[in-house]
Amino acid sequence: MLNAPLTELSAALAGGKVSSVELTQLFLDRIEKLDGELNAFITVDPARALGEARAADARRAAGESGPLLGIPVAHKDIFCTEGMTTTCGSKMLANFVAPYDAHVVEQFRRAGAVLLGKTNMDEFAMGSSNESSFFGPVRNPWRKSAVPGGSSGGSAAAVAARLAPAATGTDTGGSIRQPASLTGICGLKPTYGLVSRYGMIAFASSLDQGGPMGRSAADLATLLNAMTGFDARDSTSLERAKEDYARDLDAPLAGLRIGLPREYFGEGVDADVDARVREAIRWYESQGAKTVEITLPNTHLAVPVYYVLAPAEASSNLSRFDGVRYGHRAAEYSDLYDMYCKSRAEGFGAEVKRRILVGTYVLSHGYYDAYYLQAQKIRRLIARDFAAAFGQCDLVMGPVAPSTAFEAGAMSSDPVQMYLNDIFTIPTSLAGLPGMSIPCGFDSKGLPVGLQVIGNHFAEARMLNAAHQYQKATDWHLRVPAGTPL
Amino acid sequence: MALFSGPFRPLFAPPMSLDLEQIRRIARLARIAVSDEEAAATAGKLNSLLGLIEEMQAVDTSGIEPMSHAMDLVQRLREDKAVEPDRREAFQAIAPAVEDGLYLVPRVVE
Amino acid sequence: MTWEIVVGLETHTQLLTESKIFSGASTAFGAAPNTQASAVDIALPGVLPVLNAKAVEFAIRLGLAIGATIAPRSVFARKNYFYPDLPKGYQISQYELPVVQNGSLKIATEGGEKTIRILRAHLEEDAGKSLHEDFKGMSGIDLNRAGTPLLEIVTEPDMRGAKEAVAYARALHTLVRWIGICDGNMQEGSFRCDANVSVRRPGEPLGTRCEIKNLNSFRFMEQAIEYEARRQVELIEDGGKVVQETRLYDPDRNETRSMRSKEDAQDYRYFPDPDLLPLVIAAAEVERVRATLPELPQAKKERFVGQFGLTPYDAELLTGARESADYFESLVRESGAEAKLCANWQNGELAAALNRDGLEIARSPVPAPSLGALVKRIADGTISGKIAKEVFEAMWRGEGSPDAIIEARGLKQISDSGAIEKLVDEVLAANAKQVEDYRAGKEKAFNSLVGQVMKATKGKANPGQVNEILKKKLAG
Repeated sequence: MLNAPLTELSAALAGGKVSSVELTQLFLDRIEKLDGELNAFITVDPARALGEARAADARRAAGESGPLLGIPVAHKDIFCTEGMTTTCGSKMLANFVAPYDAHVVEQFRRAGAVLLGKTNMDEFAMGSSNESSFFGPVRNPWRKSAVPGGSSGGSAAAVAARLAPAATGTDTGGSIRQPASLTGICGLKPTYGLVSRYGMIAFASSLDQGGPMGRSAADLATLLNAMTGFDARDSTSLERAKEDYARDLDAPLAGLRIGLPREYFGEGVDADVDARVREAIRWYESQGAKTVEITLPNTHLAVPVYYVLAPAEASSNLSRFDGVRYGHRAAEYSDLYDMYCKSRAEGFGAEVKRRILVGTYVLSHGYYDAYYLQAQKIRRLIARDFAAAFGQCDLVMGPVAPSTAFEAGAMSSDPVQMYLNDIFTIPTSLAGLPGMSIPCGFDSKGLPVGLQVIGNHFAEARMLNAAHQYQKATDWHLRVPAGTPL
Repeated sequence: MALFSGPFRPLFAPPMSLDLEQIRRIARLARIAVSDEEAAATAGKLNSLLGLIEEMQAVDTSGIEPMSHAMDLVQRLREDKAVEPDRREAFQAIAPAVEDGLYLVPRVVE
Repeated sequence: MTWEIVVGLETHTQLLTESKIFSGASTAFGAAPNTQASAVDIALPGVLPVLNAKAVEFAIRLGLAIGATIAPRSVFARKNYFYPDLPKGYQISQYELPVVQNGSLKIATEGGEKTIRILRAHLEEDAGKSLHEDFKGMSGIDLNRAGTPLLEIVTEPDMRGAKEAVAYARALHTLVRWIGICDGNMQEGSFRCDANVSVRRPGEPLGTRCEIKNLNSFRFMEQAIEYEARRQVELIEDGGKVVQETRLYDPDRNETRSMRSKEDAQDYRYFPDPDLLPLVIAAAEVERVRATLPELPQAKKERFVGQFGLTPYDAELLTGARESADYFESLVRESGAEAKLCANWQNGELAAALNRDGLEIARSPVPAPSLGALVKRIADGTISGKIAKEVFEAMWRGEGSPDAIIEARGLKQISDSGAIEKLVDEVLAANAKQVEDYRAGKEKAFNSLVGQVMKATKGKANPGQVNEILKKKLAG
């Protein structure tokens, strides 16, 4: 049951083989047993989870059904949940209880999913290692001295260790895909605007996008069906007809054109990662897919552009955390200015403060054109690179990250090294395109490698199709970390 | 790969690195208290990041429209209806300091 | 040598929407603190702005009314600064691309009509309020006003002196109420002006300006600009230099004073708001709004002069508010009388009575059809203008229609020449001395005789007829 796909869990619930209460208890027990070490969760409220499970069982008894009815799901602690703390991994919000649910949380609630708990994350989603959380680092279930990736590292570790059947994450520059890759699970960042940002605490508004994290592509399709949908409360939410992301799962691969960006292979990529990704691509070729070399010539600019735009937006988005209406307020201060400065200095961690300072600087008078405007222009060049590439191919494939999970603390002295880890995920975010990570093997240390699948806008169903076909032929996604046996 | 698509000279030359006084000024603007030690400790990391983003300066972007949003869409409008209920009690239950329905802050000097 | 005072105005008009510019909270004035502050207005984490369609429509209305360009694409930006009444730590405003660009407004000045150029008008959100009563040494923050839609209307420095600035502010005040986008209530802060004031020798380039805030009445505006200009002139004449700064007007002391400069020079770090997409306004939408616009004050004024032959002064008074102009047109229609007579009555008796009782024209106890009925009786000779004033007072007190009052009080003018002849004969007989004087060449005696006749009829005799008959009798 702990390792079953969502369709199986759903069938078991529908067939009365298990109740939602029993299923929820199963995962709560496993969290109790394993999470002390992993630290994947910030908040778990068993009584509330079981209450929701009972309600789901009652809905089923009343004749309701649905693929997520009674299924326990963990939410990244960036999604506001009414009546349960939403910390965003920060001391600033350590005691913050939102008076509303995020749209994503509402959607899962409507579908009857049980809120299992809130997962750990890099503070305000700023990080690629989950080391910046106020609530302590998350460990990678595959190797506990290694990081799980970030910022959705708690969700990734929870799914990888089978503490939850599925989880939500958010991705600003790779925060779903990179931890999914580093923990051997599946994660998908949808086309910007498909998932409402309402109630999702903002990091960089023009890049943030919620998405599902799960064990398989088929599970992601089910989760995506629940998460997406127009929301009038988010001006950037897309008004589109609801689609079934599982509709093409079983479509044939023959004729699929796969673009391989020259810039995503070779120098700078670990040999093992490069090898596993190429093996996966060869499998696609064996299934009748055609590969075509493409070029995304501005790739090397993506990280610099991102580290201008994201901190700039973040510096403004995080101004609301001023200790006036909610959140941390310093205990002692001499005046208003002092209260602001102390509350924010105490409430934010080092990485968040650093990014706020960078963002404040690049927007400040005299530097705006050189940094912010220039970055926005290069962002368009990067988006154009993809637009041109998708004239030649249906999907783009490559590695998610240049390396597998690195050791905790390895990059803390030079954050720029860590930032460069996101070089293959950031361009997609800048272009607003969907991207996903699926497990495609292991490196010599036994750490998972992720294959990145990038689609054109709204190509999620096609991406899931390609991933699902691969997963029918491989079992990488079924492997359970040895350190967290079933 | 051609970084220069024509004769191009950068019109601007932002400082390659921030000194401690600049860091303190930015921190004041961002309302974040930084001690001198913190400013010194953060300077290296900030400058390393600024070094990274300097790479952008070499790119000729003349004639390129800045991209502010991930999707080129237009603003949707909301019907003018007052639909929000009074939720003061719930909102102020999480506030650090309130009195008579007002949020309290250290005296604002006009 | 003389000094020229140069003024530009920035006016924040609160738009008459039901809900806020980016949230569904009510904009009604005077609610208990923070009861009309939604999650968006208090900037809880994760909540997002969505633009109010009505606010956009009102911006278009203003733009069309000042003959401006309605930007087909405009952009909302964030203006970043920390202040407790600004919950997000930034104000959403339009910066580089405002919705309304390059309009103008005509004002009446001593030297005749003058056009004031309006550089731009942009949509933005209002801030909350800081209350400084003592909360144990703290300030209290009320965010009910936070997010109220504002249209900030910015002129070029086209006004010369306080009087022109006030004339512009009044014209704009009339206009925004006329087109129904703002209630113009200055006490409640719905219409707030800041003045940019500088001085120079005529013909020289613009001087350094100071921005004067807190001008919450036209009187204060005039006083503040005059004070500020005087201060600058004295400063320069004493060899000093004007420093560009923001100054607050203190009406109690009638002076402006420098607002305590902030810790840092302001650096607002404007950038396009990633939560809001570009505002795109189609030409068809502009035309739809144009079709709903009433005839504008300037056009109406010109028509009142051209069509009705009114003086520009009368026309100006009548078009001071849309209700007033509507009243006048109704008055002309109902009375069937000459427009000049109607204008005299509206700007004379009616205006005086409204002023005396502190009433708006829309709440006049004598509505336009009633006054029309009265003016009609003057025009058709039923009563004299003098009697009409008495009838008007009775109408004001609610004593009924003019015809009923005339009837009840027997105020109908005597135009029966037989009756008047009889009266004249009696007066002539009783005043032999005056008759003699008149015939001896003393013209004054004639007026005295007319007065006697009028007195005998309690003023009801038709004065023209009295004159005519009297002359005939005295001659005969």
